[in-house]
Amino acid sequence: MNLQDFLSMSGYAAYVWPCYGLTAAVLIWMVWSARSQWRREIVRAQRRVLSQQQTGQQEVQS
Amino acid sequence: MRARDPSVPPAGADTLAADACAAMGEDAFPPDEIGAGQSSGLRQIVWLVIVRDLRLAMRHWDQVIQPLIFFVIITTLFPLAISPALEELRRISPGVLWVAAMLSSLLALESLFRPDVEDGTMEQWVLSGQPLSVLLLAKTTSHWLISGLPLVFMAPIVGTALGMPQSVWPVLAATLALGTGSLSVLGAIGAALTVSVRRGSVLLALLVLPLEMPVLIFGARAVDLAMQGEAVAGPLNLLAALLLLFVSLGPFAMAAAMRISVET
Amino acid sequence: MSSTSSQTPLPTPEGRAIARAPSRWLWFHKLGSPPYAYGLASRLRPWFMGATVILMLVGVFGGLVLAPPDYQQKDAFRIIYVHVPAAIMSLQVYMAMAIAAAVGLIWRMKLAHAFAAACAPVGAWFTVLALATGSIYGKPMWGTWWEWDPRLTSELILLFLYLGYMALRESFDDIPRADRASAILAIVGVVNVPIVKYSVVWWNSLHQAPTISKIDTPSITLSMGWPLYTLVLAFMLYFAAVMCDRLRSEILRRERNASWLMENIDRS
Repeated sequence: MNLQDFLSMSGYAAYVWPCYGLTAAVLIWMVWSARSQWRREIVRAQRRVLSQQQTGQQEVQS
Repeated sequence: MRARDPSVPPAGADTLAADACAAMGEDAFPPDEIGAGQSSGLRQIVWLVIVRDLRLAMRHWDQVIQPLIFFVIITTLFPLAISPALEELRRISPGVLWVAAMLSSLLALESLFRPDVEDGTMEQWVLSGQPLSVLLLAKTTSHWLISGLPLVFMAPIVGTALGMPQSVWPVLAATLALGTGSLSVLGAIGAALTVSVRRGSVLLALLVLPLEMPVLIFGARAVDLAMQGEAVAGPLNLLAALLLLFVSLGPFAMAAAMRISVET
Repeated sequence: MSSTSSQTPLPTPEGRAIARAPSRWLWFHKLGSPPYAYGLASRLRPWFMGATVILMLVGVFGGLVLAPPDYQQKDAFRIIYVHVPAAIMSLQVYMAMAIAAAVGLIWRMKLAHAFAAACAPVGAWFTVLALATGSIYGKPMWGTWWEWDPRLTSELILLFLYLGYMALRESFDDIPRADRASAILAIVGVVNVPIVKYSVVWWNSLHQAPTISKIDTPSITLSMGWPLYTLVLAFMLYFAAVMCDRLRSEILRRERNASWLMENIDRS
């Protein structure tokens, strides 16, 4: 079995490869977006904690 | 509100109904009509709710017939869009009638709970201690009497204009009678979920239409089979089964959704 | 749902009985506590991810190279190796979402709501994948991009259910309310899924002569089947890996306990 045959998928290359490509794209994108969303949430949580601490200190001082 | 007063015994049917009337600010019931006897139970409350809604509907009859006009207009669009040839229209008439019935029942849902939630009646119901699911089912029933039942009678007339043979009338009316009941219950769940959402009518359609698709399939197919002269007992039984399922389980979902929507 | 309350003994005469009762449910309480779940997700994620990558590579290699071509569909049948797992997952994720929503509604478990919220977009994407690959598969098999075949149709309705769920969730501003309202919708939807499935099959069988649906999984032999089973497993592990991240995001968004947040953010 040579590479040419494999790539042509017995004439169905135009259907098989887009399916696999689309699936790979969606799966990778979902991993990436979940990861980046998690990072964003961390930054937001940090900001929230910092602002809470600041207001807490102000309350103690006043 | 009298029901909150500790000196008064726990809110019974009388206080509830009186409160409902008071909260509405409309004299839907003269005082002497509100169950004078002490034995007024849940059954009477249900009856009062239904009668009250029907009376309100009579008073705002223009809002009641709007969905029906909408139904007729949609069915008019199809001959204009497709073809005036009755042969062609006859073939698609079951589907056209059913889709139009679905959309017009969707349009009518907007006014199912919203007025009562906005004027605070619903809050009283939630607090009344009466089973909310039963009260909401009563409201849904009167809603069906106003918006579903007229369709049952109008559809054969409109169907005739689309070339539907008279022999199909009983089947068409039967499918609509069974099917619009299911549509009302499913729609009421969606309406209870979206009643607190601003501009929730598009959202309501998005939530409710996918859930209603089985009803559409069985209803339209049954009429189609009848037109081809085949047996329709199967899909009619399925429609009845769906109606029973939704009527028995749906009120709990409605009540749970309404509690979430009303709480502030 | 805090784990601390079950550990402190109560100073009442019945204290022992009360203290002992929750111990059977300790795992439930533990799993329901956001800090524990957060840590668990952090620890499990690399394992899920690694297993996913390995199984995907093995499955795809098996599906594209090792499996013999179908005698009728030639190499076009290799599309089922991505279509079928996506279709299976689209339904499984909806089930998982509805179960989590019910748990959250009945036991007022916040973490279950967070799980359900994290599920929805993933499930919707699996549904989109199943629809897209199914339609591409249909082109050489049926000659059209779209056929109102019962599977594709019910998959499309499933997509509508996901979209409605997400739209309802988006339309509420406060999270607890969005959680409970969308939970009711998920439960109503899951009751409806079998009805939709059955009605669509019935509708289709009536409408056209019962031709043999070519998209049916070809009578599968072991040499063709093992990559499929591998890939189904890989998709499940993939879902678990993505959920680890998405669940952690949801927990961070919902958590208001500053000291706990500080500890965990510093660690990560």
